[in-house]
Amino acid sequence: MTTLLNPADTAATETPARPVRWWRRRRASADPTPVWLTIVGVFVALYLVLPTLIVIPMSFSEASTFVFPPRGHSLWLYRNFFTNDRWLDSLRNSVIVAASAAAIATVVGTAAALGLHQLRGRRSARFLQSALMFPILTPSIVIATAVYISFLRWHLVGTFTGYVLAHAALATPFVLATVTSALGTFNPTYLRAAASLGASPWRSFLTVTLPLISRGVATGAVLAFVTSFDEVVIALFIRSPKFQTLPVQMYNSVTVEIDPTIAASSSLIVVTVSFIFLVALLSSARRNRSGSTRPRRSVVRRTR
Amino acid sequence: MTIGISRSTGAADASEWAGKGAQIRLESVTKDFGLAHPAVDNVTLTIEPGEFMTFLGPSGSGKTTTLNLIAGFETLTSGTIRLDSQDVSTLPAHKRNLGMVFQNYALFPHMTVAGNIAYPLRERKVPKPEIERRVAEVLELVQLQGRDKHYPSQLSGGQQQRVALARAIVFHPRALLLDEPLGALDRNLRAALQLEIRRIHREVGTTLVFVTHDQEEAMNLSDRIALFHDGRIEQVGSPENLYAEPETLFTARFLGDSTVFALGNQSVSGTVVWEDERWAVDPATVAQRARGGGDTALVVRPESIGIARDRAQVPGGANAVRARVRDIEYMGAYRTLVLSVGQEGVSGRARIPAADKNYAIGDEVVAWWHPDAQRIVAA
Amino acid sequence: MMTSRPRWLPHPGWLLLVPALGLLGGVLGVPLWQSFWRSVGAGDWTLEHYSALFTDGVTLKVLARTGQAAAIVTIVTLLLGYPYAYLMTRVGPTWRSVLVVMVLMPFWTSSLARNFGWLILLYDNGLVQRFLALLGFGDVVLYGTAQGVTLAMSQVLLPFMVLPLFSALGGIDRRLLLAARSLGSSPLVAFWKVYFPLSRGGVVAGVILTFTLACGFYVTPALIGSPRESLIAQLLGQRTTQLLDFAGAGALGTLVMVVTLVLVWWANRVGGSMATIGAVAGQTGVRR
Repeated sequence: MTTLLNPADTAATETPARPVRWWRRRRASADPTPVWLTIVGVFVALYLVLPTLIVIPMSFSEASTFVFPPRGHSLWLYRNFFTNDRWLDSLRNSVIVAASAAAIATVVGTAAALGLHQLRGRRSARFLQSALMFPILTPSIVIATAVYISFLRWHLVGTFTGYVLAHAALATPFVLATVTSALGTFNPTYLRAAASLGASPWRSFLTVTLPLISRGVATGAVLAFVTSFDEVVIALFIRSPKFQTLPVQMYNSVTVEIDPTIAASSSLIVVTVSFIFLVALLSSARRNRSGSTRPRRSVVRRTR
Repeated sequence: MTIGISRSTGAADASEWAGKGAQIRLESVTKDFGLAHPAVDNVTLTIEPGEFMTFLGPSGSGKTTTLNLIAGFETLTSGTIRLDSQDVSTLPAHKRNLGMVFQNYALFPHMTVAGNIAYPLRERKVPKPEIERRVAEVLELVQLQGRDKHYPSQLSGGQQQRVALARAIVFHPRALLLDEPLGALDRNLRAALQLEIRRIHREVGTTLVFVTHDQEEAMNLSDRIALFHDGRIEQVGSPENLYAEPETLFTARFLGDSTVFALGNQSVSGTVVWEDERWAVDPATVAQRARGGGDTALVVRPESIGIARDRAQVPGGANAVRARVRDIEYMGAYRTLVLSVGQEGVSGRARIPAADKNYAIGDEVVAWWHPDAQRIVAA
Repeated sequence: MMTSRPRWLPHPGWLLLVPALGLLGGVLGVPLWQSFWRSVGAGDWTLEHYSALFTDGVTLKVLARTGQAAAIVTIVTLLLGYPYAYLMTRVGPTWRSVLVVMVLMPFWTSSLARNFGWLILLYDNGLVQRFLALLGFGDVVLYGTAQGVTLAMSQVLLPFMVLPLFSALGGIDRRLLLAARSLGSSPLVAFWKVYFPLSRGGVVAGVILTFTLACGFYVTPALIGSPRESLIAQLLGQRTTQLLDFAGAGALGTLVMVVTLVLVWWANRVGGSMATIGAVAGQTGVRR
C-alpha cells in the first residue's frame, strides 16, 4: 500500500549512506518496468516463437517418426525432399502457381488501387474498397467449399488454371492494401507539377506515380507470392491426385502417411520466408533512417 | 545563411529570354463549385507581357482558384482565358507551356535536383547536351551550382524553393505562376527569397503571376497588384496606387493600417460630419467609387496623423478629433499610439517619433490631419 | 469542397477497377453467390436447408463445441496478450520492434509449418508432455485433444489480440496510473479502476476479432485435434467433399460467412481501423 510522503521518509532519504543498489535504483526511478511483466513477456514471446522454430532442429532427425527430441543428426530428410518426386512436383507446382498468381494479383491489384485513388472521396469508391477487401475477411473454409463446388462445374478442379485463378483472387486484396497505403502518402501536387512541366497524364503516371509507389507494389507482390505459396485450405479442396501444391503434400504427410520430410520442408519455408521479411524490414528501416528528412510515420506510439 | 546579389555570367544569353513573356487575358472568367457563391466571379483582367502581377487577398478570395484556372488545373465555368491571342480555355494544362511553382515545392523526391530541373526538357525531347547546358545555366541563375546531384530531401526549404523555381523556368515558359511559394518559410528566408524572385524576374523578363495573402510581400515585389475579395477583383493598380488611392474600404484596410470613420450616406462634397466634428474634404481625395452616392468612409493612414494636447495646438486647416490613448507600441524606429477616437471609441493608430515620450496611456489628446492626407472611400 | 474534374485528367478510374472486380467477382463472388443460391433452393426460396442444419443433431453440437473452443482461446489470448501488449508500451523502441517481430512471426510463416511444430510439441513424449510432467501432471498427451487444439490456436491468434490491444494501450497516458497510485490506490485497484476501463475499446475489438477468427479454423483442428471432436470448419468440409450435400454446405457456409462479417464489422466499429487491419492481416497468416 503506497503511503503518502511523511516526514520520517524525507529524513531518511536526505542522508546518502551506502551506494544505491541497482534494484533500489529501479524502484527509485519514476516508472520502471516491473520484473514480473518482463518475465511474462519473455514467456509469451517464447510461446509465440517456439512452435515455429522447433521444426528446424526436427528436420535434422534420423528417425522416421515425429518423436522429439530428434534422434541423431542426418540430412536424409532434406535429401528426400529434393529427390522424392511427389515432394519435388508439389514444390514445383507451388512455385509456378505462386509466381503466376502473384503476377496477376500485382497487376490487377495495382490497377484497382490506382482506380480507387482517382475516385477517392466518392461513396461508391469507399464501398468498392470494402468489397474488394472482402476475401480477406471471409473464412477460408467458406471460400474453399464454395469455390470447390463451382470449380467442379467449370472443370477447374485440379488444374493449374484453377489454382492460379483462385490464388490470384485471394492475393489481390493484399496488393490493393499495400499499394493503397503507398498512394496514401503520395502528394497529388506532384501530378499537377508534372502537368505544368509538360507531361501528359500517361507520362506523369509513368515518370512520377509509378516510381513513387514502386515500393508498395513490390511489397504487394511479395505478399501475394507468400500468400499463394502458403495457402492451404483452398488448395486442399481444389486439388487432384495429379496436381497439388506443397502445403497439400505437407498436409498429407501428417494425415495420410507419416512422413517426417515435412520437417525439412517446414524449416526451409520458415527460414526462407523469415529471411525475406527480415531483409525487407531492415532495408525499409535503413532507408527511413538515412536521407529522408520527412519524419517517418510512426506505427508505434509511445506513452509518455 | 546569406544569399548575396548574384552575378550571372555571360553564359546566360539574355536574347533567349527576351520577348518571351506572354500577355494573359482573363475575360469574364467565372468558376463555380456549386457552393453559395462562385469561387471566381466574372473576373476580367489583362496582365501585360513581362509584368510582375500579384494576386493579393484573404483566404478564400479566389486568387488561388484564378491562378489554377490560368494554369489549367481547373476548368472554367464560363469566360475565356487567352495567352497572347490564343484561347486556352479548354487547352489541357500540360499543353499550356506555363511554369508553376507550388507552395509545397512539389519537387519529385525520387529524382535529383538535376533530374527535377531536366524533367520538362526531357518531356519536350530536348537533346541531351542542350539539357545539360540549360540545367547548368539555370542552376547558376538560382545560385545552386554544385547541388545538381543532391536529392530534394537533402536540401533546406529555401533551397528546395529555388530548385522549384529553376525547374519552372528552364523550359522558357511564356509565363510563370507562383502559388504562395514563400508561405512555408521563416521570415528571414522569405525576405531573402523575395529578393531572389525579383532579381530572377528582372533577368528573365517573363510574365509573372504571384499569389499571396501577405500585403507587404505584394507591395514589395509587384509591378501591379490585383486585390481579390469574395471572388471578384476589388481593385487593380500599382502598389503606390492601391496604398495611396484605395477605392474601397476593403482595399484601404487590407493594405497598411488605417483609422476608419464611417460616414454613412452623406454627401461628400465640401465638408463631412462625423459625431460632432465637421471636416473639410479635398475633392481630389475622394475615390471614384465613393462619388456616386452610397455609404462611404473616411480613412487616414497612421503616418498622416499628428497628435496635439489640445485644439489650440492643431495647425490651421487641419481636420481634428478628440481621442484617448489606449496603448503605446514601441516599434524601434517610431512609436505607434493606439487611440480610442471620439465618443464611439473608433480604433485609431497614429505614428509619432520614437523620441517623443510625452504621452501616457489614458491621456486625452487631439488627433489631427491635413485634408489632403485623408481619403474618402466606398464602404 | 466538391472539386470539378480538371479536363486534363480523365476518369479511367472505373476502367482500372474492371480487372479486379472481374477477377474477384468471377472467381470468388460467383461461387459464393452460387453457394448461397443453392442454399435457398436455387430459385425455390426455401429455408429447409437452413432449418435442416439445426435439426440434424450434429451441426448444433459442433457449433456449440466450436463456440466453446473459440471462447476458451479468446480468454487465453486475452490473459496472455494483455500483459504482452502492455509490455510493448513500456519498453524502448528497439525492444518494441523485437516484440513486434515476434508477435508477427506466426503471421508470415507457413501455417502448416506452425501446426507441424505444435504437432511435435504435443505428441506423445513431446516437449509439452515433459513440461507438464515436470509440473506433476502425470502422463498427459495433448495431441488429439481439444486442449491441445486450444493451445495451438491460441498461439496463432495471439497477434490478433495483441495488435488491437497495443493500439489501444498505446494511447493511454501512464501517468494516470501514477496519479492513481499517489492518491492512495494499490497497484491492482489502480489498474482495474483506471487503466483497464480506458483500454476497453481495444479489449473488445481484440476479443471479437480473436473469437471470430477462432471459429473459422480448419487446419489446426484437423491436424492436431481428433476427428471425433471436429470444429465447424471441418464439418463444412465434410459436408462438401464427403457428404456431397452442396446445398447444406452452402447453407452452413453462408451462415458462417455472414456471422463472421457481422462480427468483424462490429469489431471495426468498436476498435477502429486497427481492428480491421487485424482482421485483414488475420485471415491471411491464419489461413488455417
